[in-house]
Amino acid sequence: MSEVLLTIQVNRALGAAVEGEALVSSEGFSPRYDLDRWSGLITKPGHKLEGQNIRDKILFFPTAKGGIAAGWAFYDIRNKGFAPKALVFGVTNPVMVQGAVFANIPITEGWSRSPLECIETGDLVRVDPARKVIELLRRKD
Amino acid sequence: MKLTQHEQSMVRGDMGSEIQRAIEQQIQVGEFWGADRFVEVTNVHMMGDIEVMGDSGLEHLSCMAQRKARCVIRTTTNARCFDFAHVEALGQDQAEAEKEKQLIAHLQAMDVMTTDTCINYQTLYQPHFGEHVAWGDTGTVIYANSVFGARTNFESGPAAMAAALTGRTPAYGFHLDQHRRGTFVVRVEADLRDLADWGALGKVVGQTHQDYFAVPVFDGLERTASADELKHLGAALASYGSMGMFHAVGTTPEAPSLTAALGGNKPTEEVRITNADIENVYRSYDLKDGQCNLVVFSAPQLSLFEMKQLADLMRGRKVKTGTHVFVTTANTVRSDAARLGYLRDIEQAGATVLSGVCFYILQNLSEIRVRNGWTNLISNSAKIVNTITAHKFNTILRRTVACVDIAVTGMLK
Repeated sequence: MSEVLLTIQVNRALGAAVEGEALVSSEGFSPRYDLDRWSGLITKPGHKLEGQNIRDKILFFPTAKGGIAAGWAFYDIRNKGFAPKALVFGVTNPVMVQGAVFANIPITEGWSRSPLECIETGDLVRVDPARKVIELLRRKD
Repeated sequence: MKLTQHEQSMVRGDMGSEIQRAIEQQIQVGEFWGADRFVEVTNVHMMGDIEVMGDSGLEHLSCMAQRKARCVIRTTTNARCFDFAHVEALGQDQAEAEKEKQLIAHLQAMDVMTTDTCINYQTLYQPHFGEHVAWGDTGTVIYANSVFGARTNFESGPAAMAAALTGRTPAYGFHLDQHRRGTFVVRVEADLRDLADWGALGKVVGQTHQDYFAVPVFDGLERTASADELKHLGAALASYGSMGMFHAVGTTPEAPSLTAALGGNKPTEEVRITNADIENVYRSYDLKDGQCNLVVFSAPQLSLFEMKQLADLMRGRKVKTGTHVFVTTANTVRSDAARLGYLRDIEQAGATVLSGVCFYILQNLSEIRVRNGWTNLISNSAKIVNTITAHKFNTILRRTVACVDIAVTGMLK
């Protein structure tokens, strides 16, 4: 098991423990409004992550935006092969949680310190819902 | 979560595998939010269409229907992505339209009433004060909580479906008193004459407070708002701010006074909104090449009152050649609008009226946009100018009268 460089506590969490590459956004997220669900690319013009692919990533978003559609969308994304490994929110809403449960994607809410200031896109992180922690395992090369 | 004997038997699978799976999902969601029990609900409103569900969702529904899953309470559906009378004219995929028909058949087999409207609160069901429901479509949720004083969270497709099978939902969020109290105050000093002004107010407040559990209290409204005005305010707050509830002092049932609306909460902030703030919203849009060949009245679907207003504005006028105007409404409203002559006035002016759909969720919309050379989209709906940008439209909010003038002259101002 790799050495833990940094730990963030989360308030709420659900799902299995996973490790993966972080994709960190300073802007909120909606799988309906921001995402092209046929490629996994974030396509909303001007979105902070425009052009990035969410596939197999651990996604960090400060907020959840709008939309009831996320409930079906995550399941659809999973079946198309573009599911993220986990969803980490500063503040989330019920739809994201319902969608994550239905698609079996780990999800957390709240953080003891902002990932924006300590985790970078490309870093290797572990999300462990049972222990309610996010751990930084390796800085990107 | 503390479960009743009835709920425990659902979990054991005594009532079948579909109900078992549904309640297990609900328990996970409830535990995430710290719910300690379920509340029984009387009505479910769910989103389910092929565009959002995809092939995997269709397959899922097909399995559920085959396993004889059935709704135990009244369940209706939200706007969908096809009006079957317009598939060809719009250039939508026939194969996808066939899938949508299958999807509707599966829902009906499970006793879902496929009403296909996002204004169920104006046309189908008005829950009473304190009634617990499980509604999808954020605009319906914020209206139920705020205007009726009913109680619901955002219940997305699979969550609403689960509630339809179990007749209950976890008690968290807006089902609980503590989350219904106002958290910040908005002093309204703006005039708010047009529906778009109410949407602009929702945009300004929602965009700067993106939080499901933020509950704005609007104070200082100079007159009683109409249902359509509150609908546009709520839809915009939900769309820009992910909000599920607001209060308007002297207007909504849990806000007889500012003090009552706050319910003991110390407001985190006091925001002032003036006419200048609303005008700034209209000024904030990039008009690109100034060309305008698409005007949309949709999101939420138009009420009969909005249909009459449009008919009055369009009667005897003609949409400029090359410009497309779309109006979306509920099937029930369309029927009344036809009987009362509003539909004729709107269609004779050259607009297309679609029923049972919402414009921004139309199947194949990105390709339809490209094929028609649409770049700028003009609407009086603050919600649609936000939600539709994923299809790469450049959107511009304008007041209702201005939208009709733009449609007729082709001139964007």
